[in-house]
Amino acid sequence: MLRKLFPHPYLTLLLVVTWMLLVNHLKLGSLVFALILGIIIPIITAPYWPDRPALRNPIAIIGYVLIVLYDIVKSNFIVAGIVLFKPSSQLQSAWVTVPLDLRSPEAITVLAGTITMTPGTLTADMSGDGRALLVHCLHAPDPEEVRDEIKTRYEARLMRIFE
Amino acid sequence: MIPYALTFAFGCFGLSLLFNLYRIFVAPGVVDRVLALDTMVINIIALLVLYGINTHSAVYFEAGLLFAMTGFVSTVAYCKFILRGDIIE
Amino acid sequence: MEQIAEITISVLLVAAGIFGLVGSFGLIKLPDTMTRLHAPTKASTLGVGGVLLASMLYFWIMRGQLSWHEFLITMFILLTAPITANFIAKAHMHRFGDKNTMPDTGTPRDWATFEDESKEMEPVMTRVEPKPKVTASDHQF
Repeated sequence: MLRKLFPHPYLTLLLVVTWMLLVNHLKLGSLVFALILGIIIPIITAPYWPDRPALRNPIAIIGYVLIVLYDIVKSNFIVAGIVLFKPSSQLQSAWVTVPLDLRSPEAITVLAGTITMTPGTLTADMSGDGRALLVHCLHAPDPEEVRDEIKTRYEARLMRIFE
Repeated sequence: MIPYALTFAFGCFGLSLLFNLYRIFVAPGVVDRVLALDTMVINIIALLVLYGINTHSAVYFEAGLLFAMTGFVSTVAYCKFILRGDIIE
Repeated sequence: MEQIAEITISVLLVAAGIFGLVGSFGLIKLPDTMTRLHAPTKASTLGVGGVLLASMLYFWIMRGQLSWHEFLITMFILLTAPITANFIAKAHMHRFGDKNTMPDTGTPRDWATFEDESKEMEPVMTRVEPKPKVTASDHQF
């Protein structure tokens, strides 16, 4: 019964929070409407989300988000420095293949997004069977190092959250 | 102090829009034009919010939110068109 | 207090303006499409983020009304920037990409963009564990 009413509890929570931020003031009426929307929309769209993503360790998400935010700010300074002060002829951009240990689609999506937002790297594609990511580096004299950093810094943490 | 910082930010984002416009006209391929349009949307959101601060009105945030959404969808639609030759299959 | 807030807002605005400008400058300065993709997705995101943070602080401290719309816009831009970048990269690879300049996948299958359409339609990712079967305990609620 409870599973039928809330097919996706995280989606319900997200919808309620988003609606409350959209109306921009805390009133009981808006909260009731947010709850109605948060219950109806997941039920209607349930056929498109056949299974729930399993979160093994939801607390670890906070640490991950903080690390990624720090890296976004750091990456901005690095990329700005490269754009402003490095002549184009000295730019060593490289393609890197990152083999994946993660298997769940949600975890791979989060990893790809994280790689795009962090220092000088950008996810371009995935192999046909979902076992490797193609990453483009803006300035990487040593591509091996980039791959190792992605694997230890982000993938290991995502492994702990999702699998 | 804030008015000076505001003017500076206005100037920066206005100049950014000019750079983007240049990239839309002079580009080696259609992908660069899509990228320039996407950047343009982001700069326009920043300009809208700055204008909201300048006029002390909160109306412009809704415009910014709508702009962010339509900008994202239009970029995805352009890319989908380049990739598949069709948007809705 | 008011003074500190004013300085913080001004610094945020100036920094955001510089980052936004650098992002768009990278768009015309960097040599090829893939490197050009780096500048706007990163620098512009922090540029807009800084402006939105400044606006949030301004309306909160100077006007006494806390508005959450800026937060929503920031989250939306932070979440969609990687997706648009990925889409543009895929479009670039599809049109101008050369298979021979890309590194090897290290797996039996090729990069998804270069595979032919019949393969593209197959579901590529499956979860490791099979879905747990619905048991009697699920219906007890």
